[in-house]
Amino acid sequence: MESEHTLADRPVILSVKQIKKKIGRKWIIHDVSFDVRAGEIFGFLGPNGSGKTTTIRMLVDLIKPTSGHIQVCGYDVNRQPEKALRFVGSIVENPEMYNYLTGWENLEHFARMVPGIDSIRIHEVVNVVGLTRRIHDKVKTYSLGMRQRLGIAQALLVQPKLLILDEPTNGLDPLGIKELRGFIRLLADSGMAVFVSSHLLSEIQLMCDRVAIISNGRVLAVDDVDQLLTGRSQYVIWIAEPLDKALQMLQASEQAKVLEADKAVIDESVLIGLPEHFIITETAPEHISGLNQALTDAGVAVEGIQRVVPTLEQLFLEMTEGGHIE
Amino acid sequence: MNNMLALIHNETLKVLKKKRFYVVMLILVILIPVFTYAQMKIAQNSREKFDQDWRREITQQITDYQNTLGSDRIPEEWKKFRRIMLQQLQYYLDHDVNPNEPNGVTFTRTFMDNSVNLFIPLLVMAIASDIVSSERSTGTIKMLLTRPVRRWKILMSKWLVLMLFTGVVVLMTALLSYLISGAVFGYGGWNFPLFTGFNVSGTNVNVEAVHMLPSWLYLLMQCGLIWFSSIVVAALGFMISVLVRSTAASIVTLMATLIAGTILYNMASAWPTAKYLFMINLKLTDYLAGTPAPVEGMSLLFSLGVLSVWGAAALFIAFRVFTKQDILN
Repeated sequence: MESEHTLADRPVILSVKQIKKKIGRKWIIHDVSFDVRAGEIFGFLGPNGSGKTTTIRMLVDLIKPTSGHIQVCGYDVNRQPEKALRFVGSIVENPEMYNYLTGWENLEHFARMVPGIDSIRIHEVVNVVGLTRRIHDKVKTYSLGMRQRLGIAQALLVQPKLLILDEPTNGLDPLGIKELRGFIRLLADSGMAVFVSSHLLSEIQLMCDRVAIISNGRVLAVDDVDQLLTGRSQYVIWIAEPLDKALQMLQASEQAKVLEADKAVIDESVLIGLPEHFIITETAPEHISGLNQALTDAGVAVEGIQRVVPTLEQLFLEMTEGGHIE
Repeated sequence: MNNMLALIHNETLKVLKKKRFYVVMLILVILIPVFTYAQMKIAQNSREKFDQDWRREITQQITDYQNTLGSDRIPEEWKKFRRIMLQQLQYYLDHDVNPNEPNGVTFTRTFMDNSVNLFIPLLVMAIASDIVSSERSTGTIKMLLTRPVRRWKILMSKWLVLMLFTGVVVLMTALLSYLISGAVFGYGGWNFPLFTGFNVSGTNVNVEAVHMLPSWLYLLMQCGLIWFSSIVVAALGFMISVLVRSTAASIVTLMATLIAGTILYNMASAWPTAKYLFMINLKLTDYLAGTPAPVEGMSLLFSLGVLSVWGAAALFIAFRVFTKQDILN
C-alpha cells in the first residue's frame, strides 16, 4: 500500500497518552497509548472485558481517566469537551436513540445541540446512510441494522474529523457488514480518521489499516495490520488419505510443526465443512508446495490444503508468551 | 444563550413526545370527576339536612366543635386545632360569608388545598423522576453527553424544563378541576370574598390582620404557593433521578418519603424538630387559609425558608454528581 509511506505525515487527530483508570479499588485500564491519524481506519482489538469500551468511553468524555491525556485535534477531551467533541462523531456500544421519536426527530434533536447544522445537512446524512424511506417512522419500529444506520447518521451530522464506532458490525447481516466496510473505507478516503473496536480479528483484518491490541487494560501492540497479523505464524490444515502416513511425514519434516488440534486455537467457523480428521501444522507459506509434492510423491492423496489465520486468542498467547510486549 | 434555548427546545420536545405527560393529564381527567361527584353528594346531604341554609350548617359545626372541647377523651392537640377552627368559623358567620359556597371556584380551592402535599407532588414526580434516569436506563445519555455541550448546561436545560412543567401540572390541575366541577356546581364565584391573614398565636386567633380577598386572587396565590412547594419536590425528584438509574426506583424513593411525611404530619406536634423536614412544610396553602401549622412556631416565611434550603441542597447535589460522574452504563 502506498499510503503507508505518507501515513506518518498526516496530522494526528486523536492522541491518547498513558491513560489509566481506576474504578473503585480496581485498575481497569493500566496503560493505554496510541495515535490515530487523519485518513486511516484504526482498529481497537481486544476480547470482551479487556477495557475496550471503558477506553472508548474515556475518548468521548463519558468517563474521566484517573491519569493521562486524551486530545482530539489538539484539544483535551476532559478539560475542553465542548471544543474537542465538536470534531467527534461516535456510537458507544449500541446506537440507542429516543424510541418515541422518529429517526428524523432524533437527528434534529442532536443537530440542535451543535450550532450550524441545518436540515440540508440532515437530509445529506440520511441519504448517505440510506434511510430516506423510513426516516419519518418512529425509531421503535426500526430493525437493529436501521438503528445502526441512524446511529452512524447521527455521528456524521457534525462532519467529524474523528469517527468512533464501537463494535459496529454487531447485529448486522453479512451483506450489511460488507456494505459497512466499504462505507467506512469511503469515509477514511475522504480524510476522516475512523476508530473501530472489535473482538473479531478477521473483522479488523478486513477493515483496518492499523490496529492496537488490548488485553486486560493494557495495549499489547500497535502496528500496521499487515505487519502485526500477517507476519505471524501461519496455520495450515491438511486433509489427506491415508492420514496416518501424512501425519508421520509432516512430523518428520522440519518445515512443518504439527500442532495438537486443541492447542492450535482455530476459529470454529473455519472448521465448518471439514472432515472429522485432519492435521494442523504451523508452516511458512513458501514451504507448502514442497510439502505437498513430497506427500504426493509418497503416494498420499492430498485432498485439501487450507491456510488459516490464527484467532485472537492465539495471537494473545503468542504475544504474551513470546514476551512481545509487556 | 441560543445554545441553551436549543437544549430547552429538545427537552420540552422529549417531555411532550413521551406518553408520561399525557398519563399525568389523564389521571387528572379521571380523578377530578370522582372528587366532584363526592363533593356533590356532600353538598346534597347538607342541603337536605339544613334546608338550604348555610348559616345553620356552620352553626351546627361550631356546636359540634364546642361539644368535643368539653370531652376529656379528646387529646389536647386536637382541641387546640378545633378551638382555632371554631373561631374562624365564627368570624365567617359574623361577617355573613359562607366559606363553603358551592361553585367551581370553591371546589378548585378546596381541591388544591387537599392535593398540595401528596397528589400534586406525585404528579410532578412522575415527570421529575424520569427526566434524567430515563436517559440512563435507555442508554441515550451516551449520545446526549458525547455532544460538544458542557454537562451542566444539559442538566440546566432539563431543570428549567422541569420547572416549567411543574407549573403546567399545577395550572392544569386548577384549570381541569374548575372546568370539570364547574359543570356540576356552576362556573361562578370568582369574586366571592374569602378571608385570609388569620394569625394563630397559641390557642387564639388574632383577627386584626384578617382581610378580604376575592376568590380569584386567593386561587392565584394558592397556585403560586403550590408551584413553589412542587418545585422543591421536583428538585428532590430531580436529584434522585440523577443518583438512581431506574425511573421506578426513583419514584418509589420519593413517594415513600412523601407518604412518610403525611404520616409524620399528624405526629409532628409531639416532635418539634420535625418542622425542619421538607414534607412537613409542603402545605403552604394552610397559611393562606389560616389552618394551624402542625408544629408551633412555623410560619409562611419559615416554611418557605426550609423548603428553599432543601431544594437548593438537592439541586447542588444533582449538579455536582451529574457533572463529575462516570457514565458506566
